[in-house]
Amino acid sequence: MKIRALTGNEAMAEAMRQINPDVVAAYPITPATEVVQIFASFVANGLVDTEFIPVESEHSALSACIGAAAAGARVITSTSSQGLALMHEVLFIAAGLRAPIVICEVNRSISSPINIHCDHSDTMGSREAGWVQIYAEDAQEAYDLTIQAIKIAEEIFLPVMVSTDGFIISHCMQRVEVMEDKEVQEIIGVHRSPYSLFDKPITIGPLDLQDYFFEHKRQQIEVMNQSLPVIEKVMSEFNARFNRTYSIFKTYKIEDAEQVVVLCGSTCGTARVAIDKMREKGIKVGLVKLHIIRPFPHKELIELLKSFKLITVLDRSDTMSTMGGPIYVELRSAMYGCSQHPTIVDYIYGLGGRDIDVEQIMEVLLNGEEIIKQKKVATPIGYIGLRE
Amino acid sequence: MKDKKGWRELPIGTIITEPGSAREFKTGDWRSQRPVWDANKCSSCLICFIYCPDNSIKIGDDSKMTGVDLDYCKGCGICANECPKKAIQMEIEKR
Ligand code: SF4
Ligand code: SF4
Repeated sequence: MKIRALTGNEAMAEAMRQINPDVVAAYPITPATEVVQIFASFVANGLVDTEFIPVESEHSALSACIGAAAAGARVITSTSSQGLALMHEVLFIAAGLRAPIVICEVNRSISSPINIHCDHSDTMGSREAGWVQIYAEDAQEAYDLTIQAIKIAEEIFLPVMVSTDGFIISHCMQRVEVMEDKEVQEIIGVHRSPYSLFDKPITIGPLDLQDYFFEHKRQQIEVMNQSLPVIEKVMSEFNARFNRTYSIFKTYKIEDAEQVVVLCGSTCGTARVAIDKMREKGIKVGLVKLHIIRPFPHKELIELLKSFKLITVLDRSDTMSTMGGPIYVELRSAMYGCSQHPTIVDYIYGLGGRDIDVEQIMEVLLNGEEIIKQKKVATPIGYIGLRE
Repeated sequence: MKDKKGWRELPIGTIITEPGSAREFKTGDWRSQRPVWDANKCSSCLICFIYCPDNSIKIGDDSKMTGVDLDYCKGCGICANECPKKAIQMEIEKR
């Protein structure tokens, strides 16, 4: 193990080098450009055995990845924002064909208006594409989760995207513990595809009409149903080997809390500082950091959250459904099946890279204390750091 | 529909493990008109073979046209239109 100073992009590229995928097909886009730019230099310098395909668009990038996966290859690409949007059509195809591709995704807002900074509208807009979605909080998690992602993808034969917050994680240099190449290879093992274009003649991606399409979709729903235990298994193997504490979500000071904040991504760190400061004032608050958004771990979250008085969700994107952000919408939907109904409120924050600080989160938590006291929610959906 | 396989029995990812299975997909029942071939008028120039988008013009070992494969012919009428000998007529398909 080595300790290095790496940005999130460098950390993901380093994980890719150690994974040594058979094929990487990619197209540059801010703020994810560096991931494959750095990886391309590894290819040029002969540090990996990868076939690197520089394509003319993200649509082509993911299409080439599917072709490679169909041939039984271990495949990774990277993108962001509009790039993921351009892949949208192909995201569904990759999942439907059960191609175990990994995307190192760097979260950035989606136009319009044009903006290059962080929010989660790109990946949150792809929730229904059939990909496993993992969110990282910092460069270390970006590195660790990329390695876990390839293992998860290849165990369940579903594509996986690992997301990091644009610029906040992708471009900030942090302390990262990097494993030995050999250790990474040992944990990911050899990729064995259940089918390959090279073994014997097979057809991939045929027309599938009224008679079988539904059955194939049901299969896809089932593999999502069964993916959480696999994700947990991969995480615990990783934890045991590298002394980490990954799980589908991570709690912070929730034991005696009345109010818990639920969120994902880089703001978790800011929120933890806010929680500490609130606790100094004697206010009992805690935090739940979500790593896995797809599949949505609803049963586990109900179990975890059912007895709190207030759940405060922080969403870095909006569903435009007039029902709040995606985490809020899904969490509320999940909690409907629970006999206890804690109050849930939502705050949209950080759109287009709008900064969020400790004081703002403390204010939100104080509002929450007021809601608990008054037993009344005036506005269930609020906005942090927005000029009225 | 009931005799078809359930979702648990299918190979993953829509893959088809049997090569050449497109042969089993008989597209002939899409047809609303059928080409009727008159062997006496036909000179076996094979223009219809070249034009047929469904590869449904049958050719014998002697490279002569032997008829239309109605299992796959979708009845587009291109062969009838292109035939220089007017050896193919389109008729309404009766089922
Ligand atoms: S185009 Fe007409 S003449 Fe030529 S092979 Fe076909 S049916 Fe016969
Ligand atoms: S009708 Fe169309 S499909 Fe049928 S044999 Fe003629 S050209 Fe081919």
